[in-house]
Order: sequence, then C-alpha cells, then structure tokens
Amino acid sequence: MRTARHLLAALAVMATASLTACGGDKASPSTAAGTGAAKGSIVLYNAQHEEVGKAWADAFTAKTGIKVEIRNGSDFELANQIVVEGAASPADVFITENSPAMALVSSKDLFASVDAATKAQVPAQYSSSKGDWVGVAARSTVFVYNSSQLTDDRLPKSIMDLAKPEWKDRFGISPSGADFQAIVSAVYAVQGDAAATAWLQGIKDNAKIYRGNGTIMKAANSGEVPGGVIYHYYWYGDQADGGANSSNTKLEFFGGKDAGAFLSVSGGGVLKSSKHAAEAQRFLAYMTSPEGQKLLADSNALEYTVGTGVPANPKLKPLAELDIPAVDLNTLNGPKVIENMQQVGLL
Amino acid sequence: MSLIHAARAGGRPIQLGSAVAVAVLTLVPAGYVLAGVLAGHDTARLLWRPRVGELLTNTVLLVTLGTAACVTVGTLAAWLVERTTLRGRPVWTALMLAPLAVPAFVNSFAWYSLSPSFAGLGAALLVTTLSYYPLVYLPVAAMLRGLDPALEEQSRMLGNGPYRTFRRVVVPQLRPALSGGALLVALHLLAEFGALEALRFDTFTTAIYDQYQSTFNGSAATALAGVLIPLCLLLLGAERALSGGAPLMRVGGGVARQVIRYPLGRTAPGVLAGLVLLTAAALGVPLGCIAWWLLTSTSAEFPAAELLQTASTSIVLALLGAAVTTTLAFPVAWLSVRRRGRFSQIVERSTYLGNSLPGIVVALALVTIAARHLPSLYQSTAMLLAAYAVLFMPRAMVSLRAVLKQTPPELGDVGRSLGVGPAGVLSRVTLPLIARGVATGAALVSLAITTELTSTLLLAPIGTRTLATQFWSASTSINYGQAAPYALLMILISVPAAYLLTRRKEGAGR
Repeated sequence: MRTARHLLAALAVMATASLTACGGDKASPSTAAGTGAAKGSIVLYNAQHEEVGKAWADAFTAKTGIKVEIRNGSDFELANQIVVEGAASPADVFITENSPAMALVSSKDLFASVDAATKAQVPAQYSSSKGDWVGVAARSTVFVYNSSQLTDDRLPKSIMDLAKPEWKDRFGISPSGADFQAIVSAVYAVQGDAAATAWLQGIKDNAKIYRGNGTIMKAANSGEVPGGVIYHYYWYGDQADGGANSSNTKLEFFGGKDAGAFLSVSGGGVLKSSKHAAEAQRFLAYMTSPEGQKLLADSNALEYTVGTGVPANPKLKPLAELDIPAVDLNTLNGPKVIENMQQVGLL
Repeated sequence: MSLIHAARAGGRPIQLGSAVAVAVLTLVPAGYVLAGVLAGHDTARLLWRPRVGELLTNTVLLVTLGTAACVTVGTLAAWLVERTTLRGRPVWTALMLAPLAVPAFVNSFAWYSLSPSFAGLGAALLVTTLSYYPLVYLPVAAMLRGLDPALEEQSRMLGNGPYRTFRRVVVPQLRPALSGGALLVALHLLAEFGALEALRFDTFTTAIYDQYQSTFNGSAATALAGVLIPLCLLLLGAERALSGGAPLMRVGGGVARQVIRYPLGRTAPGVLAGLVLLTAAALGVPLGCIAWWLLTSTSAEFPAAELLQTASTSIVLALLGAAVTTTLAFPVAWLSVRRRGRFSQIVERSTYLGNSLPGIVVALALVTIAARHLPSLYQSTAMLLAAYAVLFMPRAMVSLRAVLKQTPPELGDVGRSLGVGPAGVLSRVTLPLIARGVATGAALVSLAITTELTSTLLLAPIGTRTLATQFWSASTSINYGQAAPYALLMILISVPAAYLLTRRKEGAGR
C-alpha cells in the first residue's frame, strides 16, 4: 500500500503543478494568441518542411532583428486551422508545401495583397492570379522507376501513356494525397475535360494504389511495382540520406509541356488579420528575395527555387530544362477534379 | 479540486456539477460534428454513395475483428502468464505490456518496411492487434491475479475440468475487465489513422483525413465524422450489455493465497514459442526498424541538447496531461459507480465520444471554440491539456470505474461513523483504496499523450516541440535516420509508465 500512496502523492503534486502552469498561462499574455506576439515579432504557420521554414526564419531574424515564432503542421491541418480561426488567427504569415492549401485560404479571402515589390521577385506563373500569395519554392512531378525492370526505351513518353492497356498494374499512384490531385488537375488544364476524364478512367484501371509518395518509391525500389508518379524531392532526399529506399530506381522527367511535367508550387502569403502586417510583408519579401532563395538552393531541402535569377540546387535537373505546362494555380484541386476522381472511384 | 469541495460540502450539487462540466467539455467535438452535419446542405448526397457503404463495411470489419483479436490475444496471454507454471513471469509481464510504449504508427511503418505488399484488412488487423492487445491484457491480468482461488477450487471439486471452470467461473468474473479493455480497443480502432495510413485500408477515419487533404472540404469531412458518433454509441451500448450490472465488491483481499497455476506440461515449448513470437512481432519488428534506420541512413544523428529538450517537453506534457485527465475523470467515474442511474450513465458515457473521433476533428473543434470565444486560452498549455483530456478520458475512466466498482462505499461510511470528516475519508480511506486504479489510468493516459500528434501541432503553445512532432517533422522530410532517435526516445520515456503498469498488486498472490 505504501507504494500506492507514494504514487498518489506524486500525482497530487503533478496536478497542483499543472494547475499552477495553467494559471501561469492565463497570467502571461505573451504566450496567449489573442493578444498577438510582442512588437518586432511575427507568427509563421509553417506547412513547409520544418527545416525550410526554420532556415528562412533564422536568417530573417539575424538580418532584421524581427523574431519569427513558428507553428509547424501539414498543409491541410494548418490551412483548415486558419480557415476555422478566421479573423482571430494568431498567424501573420502562412507558407505551404503545395498551392491548393494556399488556394483554400485565398478562397475564403483571408490573405492580404502581396507587396508589389515582392510579387516582382517571382515570375507570375508561380504566384496567385489574385495577387494574394506568391510562390516560395516548387517541386516537379516525376516518374520514378526500377531501373532493372524498366529501361529507357520502355518508359512512358507522356503521363497520358499510363492510361494505355500496356501499363496495367505497372505503376503506382497516391490518389488520396493533394499531390496527385494537383497532377490530375494539370491533366485537365492541359488536355481538356473529355481527354482528361478518359485518361482518369484508364488510370483507375491501371494504377496500383498507395498512400503517400514515399511508399510508392519504396515499392518501386523493392520491385513490387516497376514505376510510379511522385514528386522529385522524395527521390533526391532519399539519395542524400543513404538511398536505402531508392538505390534501385531512377527518375524520368516528362518535359515537353506534358501534363506530367507539372510543377507544384509552395506558396507564401500574409494573413489579412495580421497585426504586424509590415513585418509579415518584409518576411515574405525576404523568402522570395535572391538571398532567401539562395538559402533554399544551398539547403538540403532539394526543392526548386522560384525567385528570378536564383538557380536551384546543382544536384537537381535545372528548372529551365523541365519545360513545364502552364496551369492556373488557384484552380488546382477544384471541385470538378475531385468529383471526377470520385466518379471513377479513385477517391 | 472539485472533489475535495464536494466532500467538504458533503453535498452532491458540486460533485454533480463538476461531473456535468467534464462531460460538457468532452462533448465539444461531438457537438462540433453535429452542428456541421445539421448546417451542411448536401450531407445526404455526401453520405448516400457507394463509397460510404464500402467505408462502413471496412470500419465495422476492422472494429469487430480487431477488437476480437485483441481480446483473444490479450486474454490468452494474460492467462498463460498469470495462471500457468510458465517460467519468468515478471519478465513476461513486462514484455506483454511493453508494446503500449511503441507508437502504433511506428509499428505500422516498421511492418510496412518489411514488404510494401503488406496492406489491406489482414495487415491492418495485425498491426492494430499488436499495438492494442495490451489494453485488454492489462485489466485481465490484474483481475486474474486478484481472483479468489476458492471459487475455482469449488468448481473443480464439483467435477468441472479446467476449460469448463475457466468458461463458467473465471470468464464471468473477468467480464468487467474484458469489456472495459475491449471498449478502449474499439474506440481506438474507430479513430485510428496513423497505423492505417500506409496500409491501403480505408475506414471512415482515413476517409475523413482524405477529405481534408484533398478537397479541403470541411463539410464532407464532418458528414463522414457524423457516422462515427452512432457507431461509438453502439459500442458503448454493447459494452454496457457485456460488462454485466452487478458490482464486484468485497472487503479485504480474501485469504491471501497463491492462485491456482496450471502445469503446462508438454505444451510448455509451444506456449513459450507463441509468446516469443508475439514479442518479436510487437516489439522486435519496430525496434529492428529503428535500428535499421540508424544504420543505413546518413542523416542519423544524435543532437543531444535537442533530444533532451524535446524529451523533457514530452515527459512534462504526459505527466500534466495524465494528472489533469485522471482528476477530471474522477467525479464522473465516482458519480457513475456510486449514484447509479440513467442520468449518471449518460454523463459517464458521453465522455467516451471524443476518443472515437479522428484527432483532426477533435483539434479543429477545439480550435473553433477557443480561437473565437476563449482567445486568452487559445494555444496555451491549459488548452492543450484540455484537448488531451477530451481525447484520452476513456483510458482514465475505465481504470477508475473498475477500481471504484471493487471498493465498497460502506468503508467510507465506517470512516465517517468513527468521526473522520469528509476530507479525511477521501484522503485516508477512498484514495488509498483506489490508488492503483488512479495510477493505472494515469499511466495509460500518459502513454497516449507521448505519441499524440495532431492536437499537439495545432493547440500547443507556439514553439512547443515534442518527440512526436519532431519524429513527424523529420520523417516528412524523409530523413528517417534523423527521425529514428525520436522514435527510440518515445519508447524509452514510456518505459516507466509501462513499468508502473506491470507492478503487482500488493498483498495479492504473494
């Protein structure tokens, strides 16, 4: 019984401590969101990889003295959180992995207009046509394949080829993720509705379904499936991390303005509700500036830079050679695409 | 706190009030879902399609088969360890409970790494059973240890064999433990996402995540979550029916005697092999996977300061969350056991709903309430602890109810008649009697908090870094070597809680 009593005493102490801690929180407004961060400090909702957001934030703080507090999460978590928070959002700046999360927040009219000078740092094709967010980084669609199962001459020439009968059960996709849905959107934008819907049916018939790009790459690496549609940085990232999940594979970039050469853009925007709009705009300007983009290129993130005049990490195939198709980023993953994917049974 | 007040006032209103307040807190997510369903204009279209039928079939299959598998494995393992002449009982007790310290998503990832074709219902059942059978093992083993051997001896004397005795004498006594454990497993399976993510097996919960991820379509997601509430109510009803009504109280530990242990005889090698296999599957595979990451990944590193800091944050949050959750669960558990009635049942049952909804739904529900109406609490530690309480209250509730049911209220009356005040009765009689249940509940809650991700990301004070968030962060950047130390630490810091659970009930079976 003595042990039990000790345990109970310990629990009581913890309970008291917790109540004190809660009281402490209430008393110090600096940790509470509603009152916002102190002057000279902004809140970043970061859905980009943590190290990417952190690298930008640290360099920005070192340069300007403005502190950046970071909340990490995934695109869909933080975008939905911002929508639910509405005008009460503690966030000043939001950056994502893919543009559909930006489009969601944009559709609810929660972003402020981006400063003209910032917009000028990024080619218009990588930014919102509404002018309320800009691209900060990008990832390219690729076909990852097992190099002992597929040779160069037997690769698909276009992502459209994958709907042909000879590709049945020979490639993997991750239809439940925002990534693949954006790729489907690109097919609709490039090929038109009729061709795209026919293609989607073919994909449904042919593809092996996985959840997540990493799992597709692993399946291709182990030879479970000869190839798959993923984003480039999964492969480069794994190669840089020892290659345990990708050593038997290679990448094909579709190119030729093919829908399969779609480039997905990571966006950044300033929230309308921000109480530190000037500092927030400065941070967005910094991320897209040559200095901020150089930081991305030199990092291990292996994502593409989108700022004018800053080449990507030399390990990557240069952005200029990707020959990407033109797509309106604010219309990606629209209801039509999702409905068609549901119709054929991919969702 | 409310407890002492209630006892001092000697009155029910405060106690009743605090129980109702706790129930209201835990009903926030369900209320959010219902409001969404009622406000959604195309809920009917979203729910009336073949895909929903598919999800319903999958969810029901996973919950029923998964719970059955956990009950079978958990009970069998508990019986073998506690009631046979198996050697190394303390070691096996620890090994059987240790999987509680392995996050389900790590376990799933490890199994999936063995072969990418590891997918579908069978894979989902295997992973979830290996992760959750200890939730059944724990209460059943505790019960088996404390059973009065006299009842079984009488059954044997009346000519029943060991199997018949087990079925007709032991199982009925195990019912509350079994049904409580099974309920916890079933609720987890309804809301499971992390373990199923890579296994290509879609349930309502995975579909809800898909909806959020694909269309950012909150209304479609809440419509699907709306289906989880009636499913949870069904489970709660089933548990009540199975647990049996009669409280199992007795004063004292009976005659302190060794429980009957059945000789294993020629089956000993087989039993041993079975338990080794179970341990290898539930512990060996995930630990092996972590070791593999550390060996093959060039990003593997041990940033000591960072690891220490995130580990301490995880430990503090787990302890605080466990204390708060168990404290909040107490008035409800007390009310439901001591003031049995329709109203107290409703109050108690309503605290389970939060656990049956996906983490993202619970988190967004709390964001909705707090960001708009409680801005000073939003994204504070208090807020995060409240979220943990909503998510993990059933783990504390089941443990507290079980121990309260075994504690006769008359002991408190005896204390009062001897001149001890209400507060004295609470601290000197009631709490010592239920300490074990409190500790079990708190340990189970702290284990769950250690691996919690979504609410921590959305609701913690800004800049909070836990082992779970850093594991997630490194693994989304595909730096598995960098992620591995966090997974390893998550398991290591859970060991004390798991150890606490393995400690034998003093005075019994010695």
